[in-house]
Amino acid sequence: MSEHVDAVTGPAAPTAVSTGVRERSQRELVLRRFLRHKAAVISLVLFVAIVVLAFVGGALWRYDYADITPDASVPPSAEHPFGTDNLGHDTFAQVLRGTQRSIEIALLIAFLAGLFGTLWGAFSGYYRGLTDSVMMRIADLVLTLPLLAVAAVLTRATSGSWWFVALVIAALQWAYVSRVVRGVVLSLREKEYIEASRALGATDRWIIFRHLIPNALGPIIVNITILVAAAILVETALSFLGLGVQPPDTSLGLLVSEADTAVSTRPWLFYFPGAFIVLIALTINFIGDGLRDAFDPTQRKVRA
Amino acid sequence: MLSYTLRRLLVAVPVVIASTFIVFILVTLSGVPLANLKGRNPPPSAQVIAVEEQRLHLDQPVLQRYWTWITGVVQGDFGPSVRTNVDIGHEIVTRFGVTLRLIAFAVVLALLLAIVVGVVSAVNQYSGLDYGFTFAAFLFLSMPSFWFAVLLKQGGISLNNLVGEPVVYTIGEKSVVVEGGTWAHLVDAGSHLILPTISLALISFGAWSRFQRASMLDVLNSDYVLFARAKGLSRRRVVVKHALRTALIPMATITALDFAALISGAVITETVFQWRGLGDFLVTSVDQRDAYAVLAWLLVVAVAVIVFNLIADLLYALLDPRIRYE
Repeated sequence: MSEHVDAVTGPAAPTAVSTGVRERSQRELVLRRFLRHKAAVISLVLFVAIVVLAFVGGALWRYDYADITPDASVPPSAEHPFGTDNLGHDTFAQVLRGTQRSIEIALLIAFLAGLFGTLWGAFSGYYRGLTDSVMMRIADLVLTLPLLAVAAVLTRATSGSWWFVALVIAALQWAYVSRVVRGVVLSLREKEYIEASRALGATDRWIIFRHLIPNALGPIIVNITILVAAAILVETALSFLGLGVQPPDTSLGLLVSEADTAVSTRPWLFYFPGAFIVLIALTINFIGDGLRDAFDPTQRKVRA
Repeated sequence: MLSYTLRRLLVAVPVVIASTFIVFILVTLSGVPLANLKGRNPPPSAQVIAVEEQRLHLDQPVLQRYWTWITGVVQGDFGPSVRTNVDIGHEIVTRFGVTLRLIAFAVVLALLLAIVVGVVSAVNQYSGLDYGFTFAAFLFLSMPSFWFAVLLKQGGISLNNLVGEPVVYTIGEKSVVVEGGTWAHLVDAGSHLILPTISLALISFGAWSRFQRASMLDVLNSDYVLFARAKGLSRRRVVVKHALRTALIPMATITALDFAALISGAVITETVFQWRGLGDFLVTSVDQRDAYAVLAWLLVVAVAVIVFNLIADLLYALLDPRIRYE
């Protein structure tokens, strides 16, 4: 990607300036292509709004998620926009708190799995040979472990604090990222600019961190975005089975699971947290779609 | 191709052993197996606990315990369960059948929907219909399966109330007592299947329809399709006879590869609809800290996943003559 840009900003740059056409940086091009994807832009705005609502709104809202109000099991009203549960918890406050937790968990998973998977894949793809075989067999092994079972066993054994749930899911998800990064690095490492860098005496570490990883950033970012959406769904599913986040803490999955039996009598307890999960996962998926188009215009699904 | 298949199966053996070993260590380290027994009131005598420990091989060192288990499995013994009345081997076979029935119907439904929607989307690229299908696919991709399943279950209950008699069953995989012959049993099983099948199918539908659309677009933009059009074949004939057949090849692989995801999905579906399948078996076993039962589940799933991955690769070679395995 960037070796193409080097060619543009290199010798071609002066002529471009003299004709009055401003050159665009790679970052600018990606941003412009992303902004053209309407669904992705709307999703980004919505997602930021949800995050702000959860973290800022949650702190400002008149009830805390643990507060027990005198109104038990009341339907949505001005006082309680999402109603209350049978103990008198304000559902709006609980949904905001659950959203915070679910987003925190998803972002932590994306960070850990993204970082580790990128390093693992980059080293594996760069060194090839025996190192590659061993590292990729380990990644394959991690992929064969069924996420739900392992996460269930591990979170059952501990208190189920939110960061531990994130850690367990990340420990099983990094292998996906490492496979993608390895694939990209395998093709990048044969490019001329890597050869040039090596001829100039660059160390392996320099090549990996200065050339390979930055140039693989497009696919990495896209995959991490998809990972965030998947992580939200996995965490909520685990919490729904009672194997993720444990009370008194709460997450969107736990809220849905608690409302499971109340769908017909107090439907608001079930629909609001569920709708938030759908909204978060949907916006992230669309953002990911927009990023894919922006980073890789050859696979464009949206007309330019 | 035969030697390729054999080689793949041989490579799979150490993978299965390694992954069961990892899970075995995790389960062993993750809690006191006899916590339920020891927590009883009044507390059981030391002798009772000792007998139980011996029955569950807990008196052996960890590595030896794994060895006892894996050598037992080879001879068809899946190890003792914490629950004295449960024979793990027998239980897992019965439950595998229940889950497989659910997955099989869900796969057929999801495939049919995904292929139709994917092809229609691709043929009418960038039309309103395409955008509508795209949105629907993303929606199902983003929908938590448990939420959707509970929603369907609720819909089923409302429908039954509306009609006044059960049309679709919302609990269990079959009725406890069914009056009548084979036909009555089939109808009973069928109406238990409807909602869980829809619920499980729509999870896969989102991703598969996107995949089918992309694969169809690839083919529609290829030279040979252009040539078929140029020589005067009708649009319909080109799409159905020439394009679709090629575009189905990657679909076959993706379906087989997604088997692991379907088993995870089935865990959720079975929990919501209270089926006594593999998913319920896992959740109960984890809950009871039943180490050997969890391992048996893992073993069955791991073997199934490996077999389906192999089927995916072989199907690929079978359907696409350009691919040959040495």
